[in-house]
Amino acid sequence: MTALEASGVDQGSAVDAKASAAGPRPMTPVTNHKRRDTIRKWGEITLFVGPALVLFLTFVVYPVVSAARYSFYKWNGVSQFSDAQYIGFENYARALFGGTDPDLKQAFTTQYSQPFWDALGHNFAIIGLSMVVQLPLALLIALTLNRKFPGRSSVRVIMFAPYVLSEVIAGVMWLIIFDPNGIATDFMHSIGLNPPAGGWLEDQTWAFWVVFFVITWKYIGLAIILFLAGLSGVPEDLQEAASIDGASWWQIQWRINIPLIGPTIRIWAFLSIIGSIQLFDMVWVLNQGGTTGQYSTIATYMMQIGFFRSDWGYGSAIAVIMFFISFVIAIAYMLVVLRNDNTDRVRKAR
Amino acid sequence: MSATAPPMRPVRKRSFDRSVYLSVGLALVGVALTLGPILYLVLGGFKTQGDLAENPTGFPDPFQWQNYWSILSAPLFWRQLLNSTLVALATTLGVVLLGTMAAYPLARYKFRGREFFFVIFTTGLMFPLTVAVLPLYLLLRDMGISGLAGLVIPQIAFGLPVTIIILRPFLKALPMELEEAAFMDGVSRIGFFWRMLLPLAKPGMVTVGVLAFIGSWNAYLLPLLLLTGDPTGMTLPLGVTTFQGQHSSATTMIMAYTSLAMVPALVFFLFMERRIVDGLTGAVKG
Repeated sequence: MTALEASGVDQGSAVDAKASAAGPRPMTPVTNHKRRDTIRKWGEITLFVGPALVLFLTFVVYPVVSAARYSFYKWNGVSQFSDAQYIGFENYARALFGGTDPDLKQAFTTQYSQPFWDALGHNFAIIGLSMVVQLPLALLIALTLNRKFPGRSSVRVIMFAPYVLSEVIAGVMWLIIFDPNGIATDFMHSIGLNPPAGGWLEDQTWAFWVVFFVITWKYIGLAIILFLAGLSGVPEDLQEAASIDGASWWQIQWRINIPLIGPTIRIWAFLSIIGSIQLFDMVWVLNQGGTTGQYSTIATYMMQIGFFRSDWGYGSAIAVIMFFISFVIAIAYMLVVLRNDNTDRVRKAR
Repeated sequence: MSATAPPMRPVRKRSFDRSVYLSVGLALVGVALTLGPILYLVLGGFKTQGDLAENPTGFPDPFQWQNYWSILSAPLFWRQLLNSTLVALATTLGVVLLGTMAAYPLARYKFRGREFFFVIFTTGLMFPLTVAVLPLYLLLRDMGISGLAGLVIPQIAFGLPVTIIILRPFLKALPMELEEAAFMDGVSRIGFFWRMLLPLAKPGMVTVGVLAFIGSWNAYLLPLLLLTGDPTGMTLPLGVTTFQGQHSSATTMIMAYTSLAMVPALVFFLFMERRIVDGLTGAVKG
């Protein structure tokens, strides 16, 4: 990596300096001129793209490749990596079904496989609930805010604000609200209901829903803003024509607006799915996924195992699985769902 | 506010049915659910610990500035604010400058392998920080890069793909005659980049810059791994969780600290709201 860096950058600037020094002199033979131009062009390209490419390869691509490499080893991250023990696909096997050793299978299923599938289940539950709860809710709010009424733009700004707040601030805020002695508990008492006995985030049934509520509060603003942007592109004469023909507000939304912002909805769904797979910050702030991992995600599980319990090989295997899942979903979604939108766009452009 | 309706045309009037009251009602519920928790947090910072327990929803009584004052009069909060600002500014500058530089040939030069380089950068979208974070931590440790610099460099690297993807079509859309005219006048390509392209690309650069700034300002995962130990070296988000851990019994102090940490982001948001929204919707539309 460093060799590439040195040669790439040095060559670039050297060639460039030479090129610009020779640049303004006119009237050189044509062939020389052409060749010098090519060198100069590549020099410039190296100069412009080089720094970004080096940084990207070093700090994005190399770590990702390393994660794939570590995932085949048993390694604690402290000792030299050269001393680490190569164990093939054992880390993956442990996560997926308790490992290949029949004697340890039982123990490893409890220790590795169970928490892994629990975490993955939470990720997918969040994806499903986003589509079933966040999507209709955001759509309803966006359609509402698409109508003209006084104060509308202020409402838009306010409802988008949580999206801009950091996960930490939102997380700590809700942590205080859902404290066992906090205001959420008081509220339950005041309406005559019993709050969960062990605390909101410890209760096996409540905890996940509380976390999903917080996630919705934080991220629904993005959906609303995207949908509103889509709605502003729907031609108004369509709606007016429908309304002259006697269509009610609901009919206009259902038959015209919602179908026409379909592409925006599908892109949001894509972002939401990928975001849900990689969800980390918010869940980590909310007690790191719960004391027994009752709302852990793949990413929080990876951090707990890899970094805080120093099982880097296993943690890296989890990271690779997470990447693999989002990669497959992304490709499938692009091929199946988004492709139609793109061909639509091309057709329209023609 | 700005949407006081123009004189109503007959058509509008017909579509203005009773359900608009439903819409306004829904909007009010949404606003209450959004602002309620934030107000609770801010007001809680003005309460005493006892007042919070006895009177959780009411106005602070006695109304006391002490929590906020003790945070603002100590250097810790200001140090973390400064750290966050420096990291966010450096990240933004790096992402915008390197991103624009890389996007320029990828958009406006004709050369073999151009699409290949572009695709390399776009693959970056599929590598989230979460996947790379453990090896990245080791890499930075081995390279001896620590502290705030260790935060800035990877953040720039991870910000580049989306920046290049947004900026390339933007730069492509500028008319090609610009270059031809500039070269006729004897301006070099590098001169063209500095003197013509950068000023013209400003709207696009502001968009990606705002997104990079917010991303850096809110970042938590990388600081969590890199900035361990001394709280004065932390950025605000990590500072908030550390403060929360150290003052777990003083809820109103945590409320005050969190509220204060929220202020810069909200102020920035109010000033840049249009830019942020345009950036996000633009990035999605591609």
